Amino acid sequence: MFDKYLILEDSLRATESGFAFDARLGYYRGIGLSMIEDLAVTLDGEAQPRESVLFEQNGKSWSLDAMEEAYDDRWEFGSIATISVTRAGGLGVGEHSLTLKEKLRISYLPFPLFAEDSKVITVA
Amino acid sequence: MFKRGVSLYSFQEELFLGQMTVEDVVAFAASIGANGIEILPEQNMPGFPNIDDATVNQWLAMMDRHGTTLTCYDMFLDTKRRKDRLMTDDEQVESIVRDLKLCNRLGIRNMRVLVFVRPDILERCVPYAEQYDVHMGVEVHAPWHLDHAWILRTIEVADRLGTKHLGILPDMGIFMKHYPPEFRDRFLRQGATPEIADFIIDQHEQKIMCEYTIFEVAVKMGGNKADIAMAETLRHAPYSNPKRIRDFIPYFRHIQAKFYGMADDCTDPTIAYDEVIPELVAGGWDGYLSSEYEGNRWVQDAGPVDSREQVRRQHEMFKALAARVAEPVL
Repeated sequence: MFDKYLILEDSLRATESGFAFDARLGYYRGIGLSMIEDLAVTLDGEAQPRESVLFEQNGKSWSLDAMEEAYDDRWEFGSIATISVTRAGGLGVGEHSLTLKEKLRISYLPFPLFAEDSKVITVA
Repeated sequence: MFKRGVSLYSFQEELFLGQMTVEDVVAFAASIGANGIEILPEQNMPGFPNIDDATVNQWLAMMDRHGTTLTCYDMFLDTKRRKDRLMTDDEQVESIVRDLKLCNRLGIRNMRVLVFVRPDILERCVPYAEQYDVHMGVEVHAPWHLDHAWILRTIEVADRLGTKHLGILPDMGIFMKHYPPEFRDRFLRQGATPEIADFIIDQHEQKIMCEYTIFEVAVKMGGNKADIAMAETLRHAPYSNPKRIRDFIPYFRHIQAKFYGMADDCTDPTIAYDEVIPELVAGGWDGYLSSEYEGNRWVQDAGPVDSREQVRRQHEMFKALAARVAEPVL
């Protein structure tokens, strides 16, 4: 429902340990972090390992496994969080293709809800 | 006569992107005479479920500023909150009671209950709904319909308990008389075959049961991915009999006025409001028709979304239909 808006344009950046970008939750309400089963990141066609991904908001961070047991913290509707990825070699300048696929456990749906966005972003 | 309102759900595009604040929506609703505001606390109240009195008071003051009133509270129930197990029955009741309390603090007397919530869980919540004076309305959402056996189970519980605090809350998507042009156009942009799209629309127009069409498209016609996805939308696109709604009036106090897009002349090409509204008026129903615009996700790939204009047109339609059947709606 909001797929094209998940990755914030121009937020992709190199970090000391790899790269990071800003993103929103692809759903029409906020949900507890425990219901976010996956934040799958693909950079330039290369799927990033699950254990290399960190979710960060309000000065706190969670691994994807830790997120699944975070029952009292929420990713609010429309709220912008940072997704950082540990990656040897970091992020070079130039054009990159970035995909984020969110897998959400929504109680009233019989299947997982996927929200996916891909953007081509130039890093200066 | 029915009253007019909006659900904040209608403005999800602008709210999500930070292009409008909740107060912008409330001010807009008031400007078109839609003075009933339906909220989704889990969308519109950051920090949920920990909402302090100051926040509650801010919401009530905002209603006062605009001459609006809170009409309905859309609850959710995270039965799958944990990955390792479902919520126990006690936990489900506790979650619903939590919502009833907040609903009461906000002065709201209608709660939209997700359709998947079990009737026996709701039965356990009835004493709390009575205590907090909140009507729990199970959302009758397509492909369910008013006479669906699952919905009738809730009605049966309400009748057996003799309670006025449990019933239903119809979503007008159950009266989809014509296939939404917004759906068709989106699938065409995604690569659907024009002839197959026409076929699907014709099948829907004839009210042919969806599984025939899906098989025809997927197997016999060799439809592509977009064709098949379009055919599969028929599973959730039923047209049920508007004449039945009068019989259910004792069980609902609020309506989610679902729509996917309004024509330039302020008519709805899809949902049979012209058939439903006369029934509501004839039945003397006086609750809120609460706009629920769900077109944004179908058009956002093609251009900017204008939820205000869509909602405005729907309210022009409500006024016109009300004027046609009875005295003008206030």
